[in-house]
Amino acid sequence: MDNLDQLVASATADFAAATEPARLEDAKARYLGKEGSLTALLKGLGKLPAEERKSAGAAINIAKERIESLLTARREALKNAQLEAQLATEALDVTLPGRGSLRGSLHPVIISLDRIEQLFRSIGFDVADGPEIETDWHNFTALNTPENHPARSMHDTFYLQGEDGKPQDDVLLRTHTSPVQIRSMLAHTERYKHLETMPELRVICPGRVYRVDSDATHSPMFHQVEGLWIGEAVSFADLKGVVADFLRRFFESDDLKVRFRPSFFPFTEPSAEIDVAFMSGALEGRWLEIAGCGMVHPNVLRFGGFDPEKYTGFAFGMGPDRLTMLRYSIPDLRLFFEGDLRFLSQFQ
Amino acid sequence: MQFSESWLRSLCNPSLSSEELCHVLTMAGLEVEERRPASANFSNVVVAQVLSVDKHPDADKLKLCAVDVGEAAPLQIVCGAPNVAAGMKVPCARVGARLPGIEIKRAKVRGIESFGMLCSARELGLSDDHGGLLPLAADARVGEDIRRHLDLDDHLITLKLTPNRADCLSLLGIARELSALTGAPLLAPEVQPVAAVVADTRAVVLDAPASCPRYCGRIVRGVDARAATPEWMKRRIERSGIRAISFLVDVTNYVMLELGQPLHAFDDAELAGAIHVRLPNPGEQLLLLNEQTVTPSADTALIADDEKPLAMAGVMGGEHSGIGDSTRDLFLESAFFPPAAIAGKARALGFSSDASHRYERGVDFELQRRAIERATQLIVETCGGQPGPVVEAVSAAHLPTRKPVRLRTARAAKVIGIRLGAERIESILKGLGLGVERQGEDFLVTPPSFRFDIEIEEDLIEEIARIHGYDNIPSPPPVAQMAMMPATEHSRTAMSLRRLVAARDYHEVVTYSFVEAAWEADFSAAQAAGAAPIVLANPIASQMGVMRSTLIGGLVGALVANRKRQTERVRIFELGRCFMRDAGAGPVAGFDQPLRLGGLAAGPALPEQWGAPVSRVDFYDVKADVEALFAPRRLEFAKTGHPALHPGRCATVSLDGRPVGFLGELHPRWVQKYELGTAPVVFELELAALLATPFSRYEEVSRFPAVIRDLALVVPQSQALAPLLTALRGAAPAIVRDVALFDVYQGKGLAENEKSLAFRIVMQDTQRTLEDAEVEAVIADLLAVASRDFHASLRG
Repeated sequence: MDNLDQLVASATADFAAATEPARLEDAKARYLGKEGSLTALLKGLGKLPAEERKSAGAAINIAKERIESLLTARREALKNAQLEAQLATEALDVTLPGRGSLRGSLHPVIISLDRIEQLFRSIGFDVADGPEIETDWHNFTALNTPENHPARSMHDTFYLQGEDGKPQDDVLLRTHTSPVQIRSMLAHTERYKHLETMPELRVICPGRVYRVDSDATHSPMFHQVEGLWIGEAVSFADLKGVVADFLRRFFESDDLKVRFRPSFFPFTEPSAEIDVAFMSGALEGRWLEIAGCGMVHPNVLRFGGFDPEKYTGFAFGMGPDRLTMLRYSIPDLRLFFEGDLRFLSQFQ
Repeated sequence: MQFSESWLRSLCNPSLSSEELCHVLTMAGLEVEERRPASANFSNVVVAQVLSVDKHPDADKLKLCAVDVGEAAPLQIVCGAPNVAAGMKVPCARVGARLPGIEIKRAKVRGIESFGMLCSARELGLSDDHGGLLPLAADARVGEDIRRHLDLDDHLITLKLTPNRADCLSLLGIARELSALTGAPLLAPEVQPVAAVVADTRAVVLDAPASCPRYCGRIVRGVDARAATPEWMKRRIERSGIRAISFLVDVTNYVMLELGQPLHAFDDAELAGAIHVRLPNPGEQLLLLNEQTVTPSADTALIADDEKPLAMAGVMGGEHSGIGDSTRDLFLESAFFPPAAIAGKARALGFSSDASHRYERGVDFELQRRAIERATQLIVETCGGQPGPVVEAVSAAHLPTRKPVRLRTARAAKVIGIRLGAERIESILKGLGLGVERQGEDFLVTPPSFRFDIEIEEDLIEEIARIHGYDNIPSPPPVAQMAMMPATEHSRTAMSLRRLVAARDYHEVVTYSFVEAAWEADFSAAQAAGAAPIVLANPIASQMGVMRSTLIGGLVGALVANRKRQTERVRIFELGRCFMRDAGAGPVAGFDQPLRLGGLAAGPALPEQWGAPVSRVDFYDVKADVEALFAPRRLEFAKTGHPALHPGRCATVSLDGRPVGFLGELHPRWVQKYELGTAPVVFELELAALLATPFSRYEEVSRFPAVIRDLALVVPQSQALAPLLTALRGAAPAIVRDVALFDVYQGKGLAENEKSLAFRIVMQDTQRTLEDAEVEAVIADLLAVASRDFHASLRG
């Protein structure tokens, strides 16, 4: 039986010496193959006397199982080693950048407009849109602007050249988003004219507007958002509540100071300018003019198809360009319109 | 409107600090735009009298002065000013005084001790005048603090007035407002009629009464035109931003600032006969005080005498009839011109004047006589003269009227949102000088002649809210009718589309809607088709002269700008309106103003990186972007021509057979002209088509295996894919789920003028497993269609 132990010891050594699967299989053949040592021993059993055969056979089988299990273990080890080697060669520099392109950006003023829309939608304001080449009637007359008002002059308002080469006085580039107010009112009162009492009209109108003005703080094209709420019981106090709430949400600043200051616009009465003051940052404590607003003038309500005795409403107009400059600390309005990717790509 | 705070306080002096006073005005709608001190901060400077002036023993230009500063002994002061003279009164900075930039110490000047400094206006920071010592009035009290003597603790306040508040274009008006706001009494200047000393008059004829319903005129004989303007008056008008010129000019400005009534003084010697207020004769010309010769429009009222025009009514006087140093006799004018008669007249001539500014907004039409008396009083006090009687011409029918306005307490509550009692409302209205007749809970309110902005109930409600204080109106969260907003799945928002474009690595730009005419000429398909550009009548600059009919110009402009900043890879998009003349009836008849999405990609397809080869962005890269924006809807592309684009590399983009935009590489001609180096690929798509989204519908998912067959077809090189693919899809039976191109091959194994298009055909049925025979039959049918209609053969 020492014989068998030796055999197992020798197989152990041979298997360990085999560092590749082929060598291992060669070694396996030397013990378990047709010509292998164990196979020879098993074949020799028949020559043994019957009383020895059983115990000798059992001993040989034990040795065979031991060698087989050694083989399996060695095979597994070699496989693992091979995998390890493969994995090692496949290792990447995970710190190299990913392939492909990243993402573009949204214009900062558009980001503001989107936030403004979302905030007002959350309290039931719809969003309306209107033409930028607008009629004089929608832009001025229906907004109670007197015939000889300076805003109507070519110093302030862009007019188009008619096909005869002369200025056309019935159309212009809208100077504010307020004409969308008129269009929204007319659509609303037409739609609900069959009702004794019309539902409330709540709408904001964002868009581009144009004025003959160009310097560091004025662009001949800029953005505006008009807001309008008309109903049977809409008051100046409601206007204050809505706009102050909006400004605090927009700037994510609960301690933002908001004040309403009497002012004058042809299309509202009473009218107010809205100032804000931040409680921290570079502009701390300074009052900044941010919007104009007021109760819709009875003449404007009438132009829109509402009975001013029954319905009241408020309107406000604010400059998202300025809101955006304040929000992101952008120093110069002109950056918005220069298309500089180094600027634009800062806003995701 | 700029003014001196101390002048205001002489008319109404509430116990408020300077800052508080400004806050009160701002919060009442008279916005304080600026408040600055009348002088720099300094101390310890007093009124002094130079007693004697002697030569400095060791310096030619220096003088040795004995100066009385109100103490027992005079001070010895060395002074280098050229105008120093014995007897004159000057400011003296005493030892220890701090002036702007210097501190006065006891010093030795060339060996002589000096105990202070005599000051020029510049040394006190009062003006830039460095010509010599600032001479003070002979009656100045020696020893008095100079700040007190010259009223230097005053502030200059500038109001940014809204156009409806012309009544506050005077100190009296602002004081009236301040009194209503604070309850402090109004101390209006006492104006007594000045009795006529001479009987001389000029008749006044109102030929154009609608333009001038009231005119007061008065002769003052024998004035001293060289009389000096009193210091206090000079100080007040200069602190109101008006330069002091000569007493007679200054006094008219003073009364205008004080009461709000513009006055004009004519040299009576230049006048002939009666004064007429009339419209111009055809072609009549007038040389104005600003040396501008004007031909007044037919509706411009003139002041004229029997022979000639003298002035543009309410705008500016004429050069020839104005007063000068030699004027002996004056003719004073105090008239009312209604806003409609004056509005726009000065602006049309390219200037504005203090008078026209006030008249176009509204001057108190009952103020004229009071103002002319006030001016006469000041003139007689200062430069003598014998006033004649006031001649007043009135056309009562043309004077403005003040109709009573009804105000309901309940309506005020509805509009403001809080209920103010009738007593409170009454006291506010009365405080503002309005005529108030109480009728139970309501009022009948008559606006005064100085207010031009109260016509309807809302105007009164604003006054109430304003004086009560906008700050005192609460701002609770509003109560509203609730109704859900629609949330449709049939369209998406422009914002979600923008996010999608940005996710494909485009940066959003906002470019001007008005562009260079050349951009439109080069890039506009509308213009190429013969449409005239939409031209601005008054562009702000020539390169912003034409409304865009395409977004390409702005995108190319942004590309050029970025290339100048060395940005090679540019991927940008814009969502905005384009403008075309159009006979159709849009919201504005005659104009089509669709919203479009435009994009441009130039430079490397990918940002420079280690893991991908460098390749320029091309038609197909951008086509994939366009397809992704519309996915899952399938677009059709067809070769087209476009003035902006490479003729062989541009396509119309259609959806369901309708064109919705175009895509292509910029024409090499423009690449060269705009110095772009390499050609950008651009696209422009109708926003309406992009926003409509298909509503998802369920289709049965098969449990049976799919069969996939590839079909490689050899076709002529010039064969476009789309017709062939359409034909294959059209010929495929229902079991074919998809026919898709997966390879295009040219080269070895094919003839020079051939290419191979390889299609993958996926077949599947929802009810059963497909049989080999039917699969083969489908492939055979498709091949037959391809070879019959497209001369295609199976690739061997």
